[in-house]
Amino acid sequence: MLDLGQYTCLGAALREALERWPDETCLIEADRERENCRLTYRQFQEAALPLARGLQHLGFAPGDRAAIVMTNQSKWLISAYAIFYGGGVLVPLDYKLSAREQLQLLAHSKVQVLVIEHHLWRAMMQAEGFKDLGAKTVLVTEAPAGADLAGAGRWEECRASGEPQFVPRARRDVACIVYSSGTGGRPKGCVLTHENYLEQCMALTALFPFWPGVRYLSILPTNHAIDFMVGFIGPFTCGAAVVHLRTLRPEYVRDAFPRYKITYLGLVPMVLTNLERGLRARFDALPPYRRFILNRLIGLNRRLTRRRPNLTLSRLLLRQVHQAFGGELRALFGGGAFMEPSTLQFFYDLGIPVANGYGLTEAGTAITLNDFKPFRADTVGKPLPGMELKIVNPDAEGVGEVAVRSKTVMSHYLDDPELTSETIQDGWLLTGDLGRLDAAGHLQLFGRVKNMIVTEGGKNVYPEDIENSFEGLAVKELCVFAANYLWPARTLRAEELIIVLRFDVGKEFTETWRADLAARDRRLPDFKRISGYVIWDEDFPRTASMKIKRGVLAEALRGKLDRETAVVKL
Amino acid sequence: MRTPEETVEEILSLAAVHFKVPREQLSPDDDFFKKLKIDSLQALELLTRLEHHFNIELPDYEMQGVTDFRTLAERIQARL
Repeated sequence: MLDLGQYTCLGAALREALERWPDETCLIEADRERENCRLTYRQFQEAALPLARGLQHLGFAPGDRAAIVMTNQSKWLISAYAIFYGGGVLVPLDYKLSAREQLQLLAHSKVQVLVIEHHLWRAMMQAEGFKDLGAKTVLVTEAPAGADLAGAGRWEECRASGEPQFVPRARRDVACIVYSSGTGGRPKGCVLTHENYLEQCMALTALFPFWPGVRYLSILPTNHAIDFMVGFIGPFTCGAAVVHLRTLRPEYVRDAFPRYKITYLGLVPMVLTNLERGLRARFDALPPYRRFILNRLIGLNRRLTRRRPNLTLSRLLLRQVHQAFGGELRALFGGGAFMEPSTLQFFYDLGIPVANGYGLTEAGTAITLNDFKPFRADTVGKPLPGMELKIVNPDAEGVGEVAVRSKTVMSHYLDDPELTSETIQDGWLLTGDLGRLDAAGHLQLFGRVKNMIVTEGGKNVYPEDIENSFEGLAVKELCVFAANYLWPARTLRAEELIIVLRFDVGKEFTETWRADLAARDRRLPDFKRISGYVIWDEDFPRTASMKIKRGVLAEALRGKLDRETAVVKL
Repeated sequence: MRTPEETVEEILSLAAVHFKVPREQLSPDDDFFKKLKIDSLQALELLTRLEHHFNIELPDYEMQGVTDFRTLAERIQARL
């Protein structure tokens, strides 16, 4: 791999990678059984440089911001490289947000350029706030001939001949602005520097190296910090390849392992659980004698790999299982949300170790990761090289808020010095998560200090962000909480959102009212939905500016109500 | 050519078989995530079954924001 300590910016490191491994495959893009494209590093460069030149022709200047709103595909990475090449700042946005939410973040980040897929652009054109879109240049990918693009250009036509100007950046310059939340409330734009990414990449690849021939299956959204790192920067700076699937149907994901001989895959609990379910169904369908043999082999593998994984042995013992995964799979990277230890153990016993980790966008990507020395299903691993961890205000059991200090920690929140100073204190990033470091130096997580949830799909959801969806309900006041915040639970399981409702005097709960609540809830993306409601009979405490004092309200609620009896399932 | 009513009816029947729930428990306006107790990946699995049945191809993004059988039927009907 490249020695990333020698580079000042992502653009320079990526440029060197494209020169160093010209004939290695860097990208494969598939849609169902069809392969859309396969690019070598040279071909990737040939696709990206005319775009970089085209952007410069359109006035894109060093330090300008460019957003990408796309599903995982080759044009995402090509566009990102073109942006870095010209010294730009990348703003990767979640394509699963609603168009209105995307417009809010585009306005907040004040981008000059927007690169977007056609179906997402179509939705954006019809969204409230579209007329206020400030981007000077919009490039739409894969637009059908004759499509009305409302003045936007076609990505495929944004090409200019000649050598684009490469603009190097300093290590402390901004590389990306990544939103960790805040679409409905306070946007949290994490400002990450080139140093943050270069240091994170060095730390991760020290534990899990990539090399030419390695193939990473990219199914987590590339806008997400994990996939941006292990599905782009990591493999590219090591001469490895990234495989994109245009569909995330489980059956096509499963087919991709043997078809493309996948080496690594990053995933969230929902995907891992889905893989487990599929495997268990196949095991259950085996004739009894074969099931018996399989169970014996799994047991033997478990015993023989207790101290450390032994890929060669596991592939020999459980040949058919490994062949179903293509025979080249070395590890799965798990993170983004709580992973069930039993699921992690299930895969480890099959000889498919899941490197379970912990991190947050504000800290670059990962803070801790399991190194399999030995495998632990009950922790999120040890701090990565270069990460300092401490537990703030630990209780008698050593549990307190996890804080981290490292070169990967973001610079600040965009345009929010107050939130920045609350979150980064004396160089320590306060994560808002409760944890404990055990005697072996492993981090164990026990819940959250902050009022938020993380879904099985790895999505952070802040209650304030969804409250506006319930505006207009026939209630006097409402407030959304994470249930585990209201009633602190030392667990990351059963995370759910609930809404607290205060009726006007004389008004009562009716079935019509309940239907209205349910209908509004259904309009939210599935991962943002509330699971129940609580009726509260006191006015909400408010500040002088009439904002709800959430902490005070939470205290009052937990003092008078019990979770089991107060929460009514919706 | 199927009518929209026929399309939604076929979807309900396929979902009932695929997720092993009695057909009579499903209605066009049900939130299938809640009614079938499934996650978004399982919803995509259902989509593949529907593609094969109706002999169409539906990009994943067509499912974004879709939570009830009737809207799903509309998306499929538009491609028949």
